[in-house]
Amino acid sequence: MVTIAEELAKKQREISISEFFLKNRHLLGFDNPTRALMMVVKEAVDNSLDATTEMKVLPEIKIELKQVTEDRFIVIVEDNGPGIVRQQIPNIFGKLLYGSKFHSLRQNRGQQGIGISAAVLYSQLTTGKSTKIYSRVGPKKAAHYFELQIDTQKNDPNVLKDQEIDWDKDHGTKIEIEIEGRYLKGKQSVDEYIKETAIVNPHATFIYISPEKEKLVYERVTEELPVETKEIKPHPYGIELGHLIRMLQDTRANTISGFLQSDFSRIGQQTAKGICSKADLKAEEKPKKLDGRQIEALFKSLQETKIMAPPGDCLSPIKAELLEKGLKKEINADFYVTSTRPLAVYRGMPFQIEVGISFGGEIEKESQIRLMRFANRVPLLYQQGACAITEAVTDMNWKPYGLQQSGNNLPTGPAIILVHIASVWVPFTNEAKEAIAHYDEIIKEMKLALQECGRKLSIYIHKHIRAAEQRDKINLFEKYIPELASALSNLTNNKRDPIQERLQKILKKELPTLEAENGAIEEDESVQNIKEQEGNKKIKNEKKEKQTTLNTKKIRR
Amino acid sequence: MKKKKSKQPLILKKLGDNVLKQIDKGKNPNIIVPIRALSNVIYNEKTKTLELGNKTAARYFFNVAHAKKFLQTIEVASILKKELLDTDKHEHLRGVFYMAKRTIPETDINLVDDQVESDKIIEDLEVITGLSREELHVSANKMGSMVGKLTVVDSGDKIDCSRLGKGGYSIPSITDELKFKKVNARYVLYMEKAAIFERLNEDKFWLKNNCILVTSQGQTTRGIRRLLQRLADEEKLPIYVLCDADVYGAYIYSVVKYGSIALAHAAERLTIPSVKYVGITMDDVVKYDLKKQIIKLDDKDLARIKQVSQYDWFKNNKDWQRQFKLMKELNGKVEIQALATKGISFISEKYLPEKIKNKEFLD
Repeated sequence: MVTIAEELAKKQREISISEFFLKNRHLLGFDNPTRALMMVVKEAVDNSLDATTEMKVLPEIKIELKQVTEDRFIVIVEDNGPGIVRQQIPNIFGKLLYGSKFHSLRQNRGQQGIGISAAVLYSQLTTGKSTKIYSRVGPKKAAHYFELQIDTQKNDPNVLKDQEIDWDKDHGTKIEIEIEGRYLKGKQSVDEYIKETAIVNPHATFIYISPEKEKLVYERVTEELPVETKEIKPHPYGIELGHLIRMLQDTRANTISGFLQSDFSRIGQQTAKGICSKADLKAEEKPKKLDGRQIEALFKSLQETKIMAPPGDCLSPIKAELLEKGLKKEINADFYVTSTRPLAVYRGMPFQIEVGISFGGEIEKESQIRLMRFANRVPLLYQQGACAITEAVTDMNWKPYGLQQSGNNLPTGPAIILVHIASVWVPFTNEAKEAIAHYDEIIKEMKLALQECGRKLSIYIHKHIRAAEQRDKINLFEKYIPELASALSNLTNNKRDPIQERLQKILKKELPTLEAENGAIEEDESVQNIKEQEGNKKIKNEKKEKQTTLNTKKIRR
Repeated sequence: MKKKKSKQPLILKKLGDNVLKQIDKGKNPNIIVPIRALSNVIYNEKTKTLELGNKTAARYFFNVAHAKKFLQTIEVASILKKELLDTDKHEHLRGVFYMAKRTIPETDINLVDDQVESDKIIEDLEVITGLSREELHVSANKMGSMVGKLTVVDSGDKIDCSRLGKGGYSIPSITDELKFKKVNARYVLYMEKAAIFERLNEDKFWLKNNCILVTSQGQTTRGIRRLLQRLADEEKLPIYVLCDADVYGAYIYSVVKYGSIALAHAAERLTIPSVKYVGITMDDVVKYDLKKQIIKLDDKDLARIKQVSQYDWFKNNKDWQRQFKLMKELNGKVEIQALATKGISFISEKYLPEKIKNKEFLD
């Protein structure tokens, strides 16, 4: 007799990550041809930007879309980065979850090393073609050309061609991927992705050749490279118990004290001593020997000890001044305001929020504002509704800031609101990396940044827009005067023209009074409204915080 | 009559002349408009009518908030003078609206957007000039009927109101110039509901009880108020009002008796201090056992009761304060149609004859 368990055991086997992708490509964002085209461009450009940052060169990235048939495209992305050494090329492009970024806590565009190999796999799946890679690491080294696919069973690269070639580039990488896709314009298009990327990377030049063979150049507006970021260790605040258990198992330190100092950021000898004594542990205890209760005590002690905030040098915000330059070069507006918040922490991870608002000019007036979302300088074009950024924006009352808003919707008006989160580990809701998870700390920071920009926006709107409206109203008198003159002439049987002339004279005399009548009062009122609103929100937040502490206490009991 | 007519265009012209004078002096021209709101309405205990107080507001042309209204006032005044008074023609409120409605050149602004605006301007012109809307040759929609033993001479046509079938005589918007003949009635019964009018007409109530029936739809129009006033004054007929037992019915009655807030300036021509309220009352609910027909009051009703019961002309009226109190105590209101539960012709055969015979009225 074969037991059912044995029957089942025959079917149970390891699923290769490549096979998993085959069945679940939507999780990585390749769920429809339009989005897939954007994703392939995105993965390649993200890699190029990361590579050039690493090399400290000003990025110059060329993107070309060639339409082969109605639903088939060749995506070509070429950068001036450091290139990839020959031996590593197959692994980077032909193996999923291979990368240098997954194990480090550092602000990077990619995180899991899935991206570009997923694009290779998608290409192979939809067209059966191999991916072509050109790479050169320096002028004295030879350039290499690869054609490869992925062995989905083994999650290993399958190299079809590997040769030295002549390449007129000193260093850099070029990738050619043929995929099934659809090219559309609009909010979720390749065009939009490149434009938004150009805004948040003002130090980069992009050259884009569209399927219609139109060449667009997005010139850099600064020679200033983003600040180089440092890798950091996790911060004790907000770390999860499971994570702590794993760290205790993996550590190379021989004592608890050593473990705390070497594997966490911001813990010195004194602090480590304090943490141990609070947890009733000997500082010399071996990390691997702690039992469940001791680990729990250590965990609790970590949360309760005062520890400095994580260092800020692990993050590289765009910086308000450069963000404004980026906005100005790509968006034609009348008014720009940007703000960079100081460093904050969620679950022990440092992050930083930046906001930019563009208003007026050529921005569409009658519809909802455009929301541009970014994480580590990468535009997020999908899943707007599920994103914490959207929640932060819609949860604010925009009326005092001069924008229309109905209910908890995006405000209406000629504005583009940009929100950027920089973090060593951006909490995405899923692997497609299109929406930020809803952490209270993150949403709070976003709102503070939005309010900072909002205040300046409101002053601008009240000064300029209200003044313009006022001028419009005053201009109306010139249109009313002939009407009144005709009506009076009909009513009194007097000639029309002299009445009109006299009215115009009176208008000139009255003009200063008319102009002075408004403006000042309204501005005062708006500032008052904002103060009241932000005051109320603070109270609400405090209440919320109190409630959450109460809740956690209950759970702890 | 003719003398008066020739005066009206002159009064309107005077308004324009006054504005012109200010313009000639280089002043920002203004028009003084008496305020038409509760704050400027006075209840005159002696005459028992509402009167407009003497609070006024100045409407300036060179003022962002007033400009359009100022322009509308002069424009409508010139339309009334040139198109109606000078040519001796009449027009409806709706027609005046269309005469004034046009887009101001080089803008997307209409001189008037909505009939409500032009209606308000006409009311303003009434208080500014002291001329009634009828004198300005503007009429409103016809909204009422009359049957009974009388003959009306309307624009030279003799109309016998006892021979007009189910519909009755359609009361025109302006009733100032009607003539009454062969009036053979003991009283006039006015009701807010056309459905009750139809019931009473079908039952030939006016023939059996020797009276005149008048109805409107809801609020009493000026034409009907003027008609009732003239029947009371010229024919010496008592006027009885039949409404729902609720705060809105009470207000309709008070408008006929004392005048309305919006038209306080015209009260003298429209109010009938001698009018009596025949029903139905909250007492009838008890007397005729209509408790099952009570409709519950909602918050809006309660708020309105509170408001109306404090009006000066209701404040010291014991009868009505008692009604309001009963409404609140029973937490309900009753429609006239509720009487139908006692039999379809109960109202015409028993209820009304009894109440009128016993003089069970509210003042």
